[in-house]
Amino acid sequence: MTARARWTTLSVIGAAAMLLPSLIGSSYVLSALIFVGLNAIAALGLTLVMGFAGQVSLGQAAFYAIGAYVSGVLSVSYGWNTWAALAASVLAGALIALLVGLPIFRLSGLLLAMATLGFGIIVYYVLVNWSAVTGGPSGLTGIPPLRIGPIRLDTDARVVRLVWICLLLLLGLTGNLMDSRVGRALRAIHGSEAAAQAAGIDTGRLKLGIFTLAGAMTALAGGLYAYYLAFVNPSPFSFAYSIELVLIVAVGGVGSLWGAPLGAAAVVGLVEGLRALLPHLTTSHGAAEYEIVVFGLVLMALMIALPQGLTGLSRRSA
Amino acid sequence: MTALLEVHGLAKHFGGVAAVRDLDFEVAPGQIKALIGPNGAGKTTTFNLICGSLAPTRGSIFFEGRRLPARPYEVAARGVARTFQLVRLFGEMTVIENVLVGCHRQGRVGWLGCALRTRAMRTDEASLRRRALTAIERVGLASRADGSAAALPYGAQRLVEIARALAMSPRLLLLDEPAAGLNGPEQAALAGVVRAIRDAGTTVVLVDHHMDFVMDVSDEVLVLSYGEKLAEGPPHYVRSHPAVIEAYLGEETD
Repeated sequence: MTARARWTTLSVIGAAAMLLPSLIGSSYVLSALIFVGLNAIAALGLTLVMGFAGQVSLGQAAFYAIGAYVSGVLSVSYGWNTWAALAASVLAGALIALLVGLPIFRLSGLLLAMATLGFGIIVYYVLVNWSAVTGGPSGLTGIPPLRIGPIRLDTDARVVRLVWICLLLLLGLTGNLMDSRVGRALRAIHGSEAAAQAAGIDTGRLKLGIFTLAGAMTALAGGLYAYYLAFVNPSPFSFAYSIELVLIVAVGGVGSLWGAPLGAAAVVGLVEGLRALLPHLTTSHGAAEYEIVVFGLVLMALMIALPQGLTGLSRRSA
Repeated sequence: MTALLEVHGLAKHFGGVAAVRDLDFEVAPGQIKALIGPNGAGKTTTFNLICGSLAPTRGSIFFEGRRLPARPYEVAARGVARTFQLVRLFGEMTVIENVLVGCHRQGRVGWLGCALRTRAMRTDEASLRRRALTAIERVGLASRADGSAAALPYGAQRLVEIARALAMSPRLLLLDEPAAGLNGPEQAALAGVVRAIRDAGTTVVLVDHHMDFVMDVSDEVLVLSYGEKLAEGPPHYVRSHPAVIEAYLGEETD
């Protein structure tokens, strides 16, 4: 897709994202759309890490947590301006990703998966146990909403616009990036790392750059999440959320940036759909247990039918 | 005239096996030098030692009077480009995109400029494109520039790889078995391209065992056997050297 076609598509979706929330009365639908957007932002960087750096991060939830807690703590305990705190949380996500990735990308193999797995667990326990700052297991309350001038972004209809505008902007910017000298180098690594190096590309540094970018984007999603819910506690940031993000990327497909929003929509839609549907299909009280089983089966079927993910569908027909 | 590439006392051992032992040679600027030898003679190992994909056990390699760095991308950054024995193209990209990867280090705009698609980025991109197109024209593939690289016949893919290397504006071009998998006319076309590259000022070192091709294209030939230098000189000298005939050419030469 050319830069112009990409931005046109994004503008159309953006216009829809600005108009539609006023027509959707259901706060349930709006909140689902917010979570699709947040998950897509968080998964976007991971798409680049998995698709181009050829590495898996199993600790991406930690960056989501860093975004949420840095935003929350700076706003609540230190009285920072909310936008400044959000910016700081994005910088924190980038910086910590850089420090975690620095020793790893000198080497190869599945080291990033192992290191991020450990990192995710450490961050989780820090959140639970460093009560003086994080509020411990009960978390942090009273996070003020973001505001634009006099408008407080404290309703679902307003937050959904903000989240989707952020997502579309990031899709446009990362699309530009992939369609440039830097992106070509990244795609070259995916094609043949040895040939990329022979062209003078420092592949380790480039992969570290992508991991840092992913840390920043996931932290942004975490910050937006904290301002939306006005409350954070450690439980959403466990290992399970890291796996959910990997799942979103796998379902969406790593071949295209659109994989992140498609995967997020599919996974959130599936979870919500099953939650609504299953109680009608079973008389037992164990609907929640069936939910996870059916969820797993649907995902297995999807990955067998579409090993390239949802974005693989368009390329197969093309 | 001082040498462009100097190899001193180069040795590489794999476990107890010496693939290259105490090799000394020089490459003068502006020549095409071939490394030949029977299988296991150490020519590919020597090639990999120069381009940094292997670390030598002993010895040193100087390029333009300075020691070559250790990592492949650093060697490339010093002005040494290479191709691969089995063509390694970026299969999902077009021909020009493949060659644009070779222009990577000539680009001046970083991550932020690329993401924002600034005016400077678009200017930079346009000049990289011109550069890539020039390299594609030099190997005679201008009409295929916007087509898929993977869809080209093997011989043309090899030329794309050479164009990608040329886009780096190298002072030394290393070709790893460039004639492998090519038919007669393709080999002849390749020889023409390689000579044109030399005439335009890039020194070429190639490893190959297609005798006709090597003798046709090279200014100097270095014959290796069991990791050591057996003979070195112009093609006609090497071709008639008794030790070479015995060790390598055998009855193949008339």
